[in-house]
Amino acid sequence: MAETILWVLRGSERESARWIEYRVTTEEGMVVLDALHWIQAYLAPDLAVRWNCKAAKCGSCSAEVNGRPRLLCKTRLSDFPEGEAISVEPMRAFPLIRDLVTDVSWNYRVNARMAPFDPPKDAPEEAWRWQQEDIERVQEFRRCIECFLCQDVCHVLRNHETENEFAGPRYLVRAAGLEMHPMDQGDRLSYLRSDAGIGYCNITKCCTEVCPEHIKITDNAIIPLKERVADRYYDPIRIAWRKLRGESEPGEPSAPQT
Amino acid sequence: MTEIEPRSHDVLIIGAGGAGLRAAIAAAEAGASVGLVCKSLLGKAHTVMAEGGIAAALAHVAERDSWQVHFRDTMVGGKLLNDPRMAEIHAREAPERVRELERWGAVFDRTRDGRILQRPFGGHTHPRLAHVGDRTGLEMIRTLQDRAVAAAIAVYMECTITHLGMTDDRVSGAIGYWRTDGRPAVFPAKTVVLATGGVGRMYEVTSNSWEYSADGHALAYLAGAELIDMEFVQFHPTGMVWPPGVRGLLVTEAVRGEGGILRNSDGERFMWKYLPDARRHEYAETDEEATRWVEALTEGRQTDARQPPELSTRDNVARAIYTEVKEGRGSPHGGVFLDISYLPSDRVRRKLPSMYEQFLELADVDITKVPMEVGPTQHYMMGGVRVDAETGATTRPGLYAAGEVAGGMHGANRLGGNSLSDLLVFGRRAGTAAADAARAERVMPQLSPVQVDDALAELEAPLTRQHGEDPYRIHEELRATMQSLVGIYRTETELDEALASIADLRRRWDEVRVDGPRIFNPGWDLVFELRNMLLVSEAVTRSARMRTESRGAHSRLDHTLTEQAWEHLNVVVSPDGPGMRVETTATVAMTDDQRLLASKG
Repeated sequence: MAETILWVLRGSERESARWIEYRVTTEEGMVVLDALHWIQAYLAPDLAVRWNCKAAKCGSCSAEVNGRPRLLCKTRLSDFPEGEAISVEPMRAFPLIRDLVTDVSWNYRVNARMAPFDPPKDAPEEAWRWQQEDIERVQEFRRCIECFLCQDVCHVLRNHETENEFAGPRYLVRAAGLEMHPMDQGDRLSYLRSDAGIGYCNITKCCTEVCPEHIKITDNAIIPLKERVADRYYDPIRIAWRKLRGESEPGEPSAPQT
Repeated sequence: MTEIEPRSHDVLIIGAGGAGLRAAIAAAEAGASVGLVCKSLLGKAHTVMAEGGIAAALAHVAERDSWQVHFRDTMVGGKLLNDPRMAEIHAREAPERVRELERWGAVFDRTRDGRILQRPFGGHTHPRLAHVGDRTGLEMIRTLQDRAVAAAIAVYMECTITHLGMTDDRVSGAIGYWRTDGRPAVFPAKTVVLATGGVGRMYEVTSNSWEYSADGHALAYLAGAELIDMEFVQFHPTGMVWPPGVRGLLVTEAVRGEGGILRNSDGERFMWKYLPDARRHEYAETDEEATRWVEALTEGRQTDARQPPELSTRDNVARAIYTEVKEGRGSPHGGVFLDISYLPSDRVRRKLPSMYEQFLELADVDITKVPMEVGPTQHYMMGGVRVDAETGATTRPGLYAAGEVAGGMHGANRLGGNSLSDLLVFGRRAGTAAADAARAERVMPQLSPVQVDDALAELEAPLTRQHGEDPYRIHEELRATMQSLVGIYRTETELDEALASIADLRRRWDEVRVDGPRIFNPGWDLVFELRNMLLVSEAVTRSARMRTESRGAHSRLDHTLTEQAWEHLNVVVSPDGPGMRVETTATVAMTDDQRLLASKG
C-alpha cells in the first residue's frame, strides 16, 4: 500500500482556517475524493466535504486542488508528482461554511432572476420537430452540471465585489441555452446587458479552461450573447435610426427577435 | 424549543430528484402551498446519474410500439409480480410525461424526421427510450428544476429529515436538521410525500450516490406504513470494476443498447448460453443477425433482425456475468469484457459521451479502441413503500410515496428506462393526490412539543455521549454483510447469518458517538442514515428469507426454481411493536384484458 500526503484547509472561518496534514493509505486509481473519504473513515470523521454521485455527474464536490478549481471526484492522485503533498481547499469565490464546504446559495438566487423557457402556447405538434444539428449547440450548454467551478475561477466574481452586478459564466451559459433553443420566444437581452452584467466579462476564458464538461463557455455562449446585445444596443445605425424617430432606448420588446 | 421556526405547508415533499420535483410541480399546480426538502443542493439528486433514457411508447422509431406492448414488457420483466394497475397507468401515461418535459424545455436527441429519438434497451420489445446521449437524467432534473424554480416553490436545501410527525394516526409533518448549521428543522404539513430514492449505500459495490441511505423506506416504516417486495434488489450487470476507487460506478445499459457485446476471457460471446428458453425467440439467433440489427439501428432504419442477446433483462445478464467470473472466465480485474470499440469512433463518442469520458479519465481506457471491463453493481430497489396505484397513498393516512422509494410498479425486476418514466408518472400523481387531500384538511396540524423534543433529543444523543463507537465502522461492517450475504445469490443459512450480524450492529448503533460540531458534520449525518440502513437491511433480509423460490432479481441457491405458488404472492413488511412483521399477501390480480396483454408474444 502506498501513502500520499494531503494538506486540507480546515475551519469555519477563512481567517482562522488551518492547513492540516493527513497521511493517506492509497491504492491504484484513487481520486482526491477517495482520499478525503479515507480521512473521514480513519482520521477525521467530521471532515466536511460536499459530494453525491462520485461520477462527475452532479457537480457537488467542487474545490481547489493545488490552487486549481476542480471536481474532487475526477481528480486522480496520480495526476500529481509522486511524493509531493497535494493541497485541497474550499472554493474561494464563495463564503465558507466549514472545511471544504462553501455557501453557494448566491448562484441559486441569481438563477431565479432569469426569465424561464418560454415556448409559444399553441404551437402545433409539427413545430416541435428539429434536426439534430440544429440543437447540438443548445445540448452543449445543457451539459452543465452546475459545479460552479466557472463561477469560482471567474476573476470578475473572485477578485471584485460584483456579485450584484455580474451573473457569472454559469448563468450566461444558461441564458445562451434558452436564447438558442429553437422554440424559445423569450427575450433576455436587456436582462443580459443590465441585470446579468454581461459587459463585465472580458473574455479571458478561465471559465472554459476549468469546465469539467468541456463546454466552450466563452466562445460558444458568452461571445454570441455579447454580439446579440451589441447588435441591439450599440449598433450605430440603430442608434441613429432611434434618434431620427425620437425613440428611446429599447427595453424588452414585445415581438420575439430572430 | 422556542427558537425553532416551524415552516408550514399544505404539502411537504421529501426528496428533490425526479419524483420529488415532479410531485412538487403537480401539487403547486393543484393550488397547494408546497415545501420541497432535500438533503443536498437542488439539482444534485441521484436522478442526475441516470444515463440511458426514459421509457415511453411514443412509437417514433418503431411504429408498432404501443402502451399495450410496454405494459406487457414491464409485467414480463417484473416476472408478473408487479401491481398491474401501476404497470398499466405507467405505460399509458409515460408518453405524455415525456412530451410535457419537451414542452418545459428538455432537448432530446432527434430522429431523422426531427422527433424525439428512442433507443433500444434490455427487455423492451421496441426501441423505446427517449434520451440525450448518455446523460438523460441530468436533462430531466434540470428541466424539472427550472420549472419548479419558475413556479416559485419553496425549496429547503441541505436539510435532513429524520422523523415524521404524527397527529393521532395521521402523518402531519416532518422533523430534522439543517446540515449547514446543525439547527433543528420542523415542518408541519397537511400531507407528506416521500420521494427519497433508494438504498444503495447498504452495499459495498453500488452505482448509487451518497443520498441513497434508505431514508424514505425507514421513515415510512417507523410511521407504521407497510413495505412491499423488499427482497428484490437490482444488481445492474455492468458497473466499472477497475480501478478500485471507482468500482461499482455505472456503465449504462445504453452501451449494449447501441450494440455493445459481452465476452469472457476465452473471447466467447457468452450471453447466448444464458437466454431463458421461453424468451429465446425474441433474440437474434446468430452473430450475423445481431450485427444486422446493430447496423439497422446505426443507420436509423427498420429491420426484421432481432435484438442481440446482450439485451436480455438485467437480472439475467447480472447472473450470467457473475457465473462467468465465478467459473474462472473473468477479465483480469474480476469482471467480463464489454466491447463497443468495433463501431466507428465518432458514433461511440456521440452516443456515449459520458462513458467515453468516464473510462478515459478514471481508468485510462479508450472505449473506442479497446473493450471495457464490467461487473455487477447494486443499482436499484424494486421494493418500497406499499402504495395505492392511482394516488401513491401509503397505508398511513397523510403519507404518500413516489419513485424508487415506492414499491409495486416493477415487481421482481425493473426494466432499464422504466425508472425515469416511473418518477414522472407517479411523481405527478402523488403530488396531485397529496394536494387534493391537503385541501380536505381544514386546519394546519401542529407537531406536539413532546414529539419534537423527543426527536431532537435523539439527534443530540450521539454528539453528547462520552464514550461510544464510530459510525463509520458500523457502516463498513453493514456494507460487507449485505454484499457478501444478501447479494445476487442467497441461501437461508447466509440470510440467517446476515440477520444475526444486523442485530449485533443495531445494538452497537445504540451507543454510537460522533466528534466535532453540528455544522456540516458527515459523521453525524451518517448516524441517522445508519439507523435507516440497518432497519431496511433487516427488511430486505427477512423478505429474502421468506421467499423460498428464485424469481427476477431474487435468486436462492437453496430454492433455484421459480414456483407457481409464489407467482401470486408479495412479501409485506410492517412494524409489530418493537419487532418486524413479515408476511405474504395476494398480488393484485390482473383484469382479463391485462392478462391477455401480458401473455402475448
